Amino acid sequence: MHVVLRNPRRELDLAGPMSVAKLLGRLELNRESVLVIRGDTLVPGDAVLADDDEVEIRPVISGGLA
Amino acid sequence: MKCTVCRGPAVIDLRRHNANFCPEHFLRFCRDQVVRAIDDHGMMAPGQRVLVAVSGGKDSLALWDLLVELGYDAEGMVIGLGIGDYSDASTAAAVAFAEQRGLRLHRIDLRGEYGYDIPTASAVTRRVPCSSCGMSKRHLIDKAALDGGYDVVATGHNLDDEAAVLLGNVLHWQTEYLGRQEPVLAERPGFPRKVKPLVRLAERETAAYCVLRGIDYMVEECPMAAGNRHLRYKAALDEIEAASPGTKHAFYFEFLARAADRFRPEAAAAQEGLTPCTSCGAPTTGEVCAFCRLVERVGGREPVPVELVRPGRRRGKARKAGAAT
Repeated sequence: MHVVLRNPRRELDLAGPMSVAKLLGRLELNRESVLVIRGDTLVPGDAVLADDDEVEIRPVISGGLA
Repeated sequence: MKCTVCRGPAVIDLRRHNANFCPEHFLRFCRDQVVRAIDDHGMMAPGQRVLVAVSGGKDSLALWDLLVELGYDAEGMVIGLGIGDYSDASTAAAVAFAEQRGLRLHRIDLRGEYGYDIPTASAVTRRVPCSSCGMSKRHLIDKAALDGGYDVVATGHNLDDEAAVLLGNVLHWQTEYLGRQEPVLAERPGFPRKVKPLVRLAERETAAYCVLRGIDYMVEECPMAAGNRHLRYKAALDEIEAASPGTKHAFYFEFLARAADRFRPEAAAAQEGLTPCTSCGAPTTGEVCAFCRLVERVGGREPVPVELVRPGRRRGKARKAGAAT
């Protein structure tokens, strides 16, 4: 699968199938801090990502103090 | 994973609610949480004029969308902060959102109207960018709400924001700030009523709301906020939340229920003795308010590039930049 991470933008290719939870664990990402998007929709933690999936991992933490 | 409500395919799992949702029921969940926040805290009533403080990010656009969906007369206001490409793209996201929905968006540009931008203010004052940014936004939103006769200002502060600010205020025992960390700030002379309808939603939820509603928000983080204390508190709370879902909600809402009132006298005392700024009329503890002092000090300065005032190497570069202007 092709994975795009944001903030900062990085791209990597990983072998599927793999669950979302396992992917986040492998990348050492906190599931409370990101959304996982396949195509144009969200996927939950137990979804299985296929070898040919395009996946975006989008951080959701934003920072100003206003 | 199935939707807790309809048993259809779920797209998001919310461990803090022990629930999973399909798109339809997740969007309904978000609306229900906002309705409950508005009702529980008496934030506003139908028919009132609402000014939404819009940044172009997920929270403010989700908030604006939700309030319009709920039937509120909500207009937006966005401030051009001059933080390079980030500000341009953020404003563009807000403008596109408003145009697509036929909503009214008021625009103010710091450089165009007051002669400064946030990177320059940070460099000249040698203070963290979030300081002049937050103060400028609060001043201008307050002014716009009062001048425009709005009943209430709605801001996109979410549960993560409030929990992180609470953590910071507790760690440093900022008792005055603890006394005014509530979802509603009442209207006072010189200040509009302010409400935070997203306090029951985590920012993972507001981001998911935007994705499912097709809201094209500004995903990139402010380059000047990177690594700030507020983000470190959020990251720490997320670590705890991952191990113990529901902790952030309990931390904030139990504070409101059990402790917030103990700090109100200190917050009220800090408001005593405010007098109108001799320049703009806004309430202030001195003769001239912080915003007017900032404009006086940095207005008209040559712009300092964002790259020279990034957190971590701000002070040394800032001195050089400030001295050169």
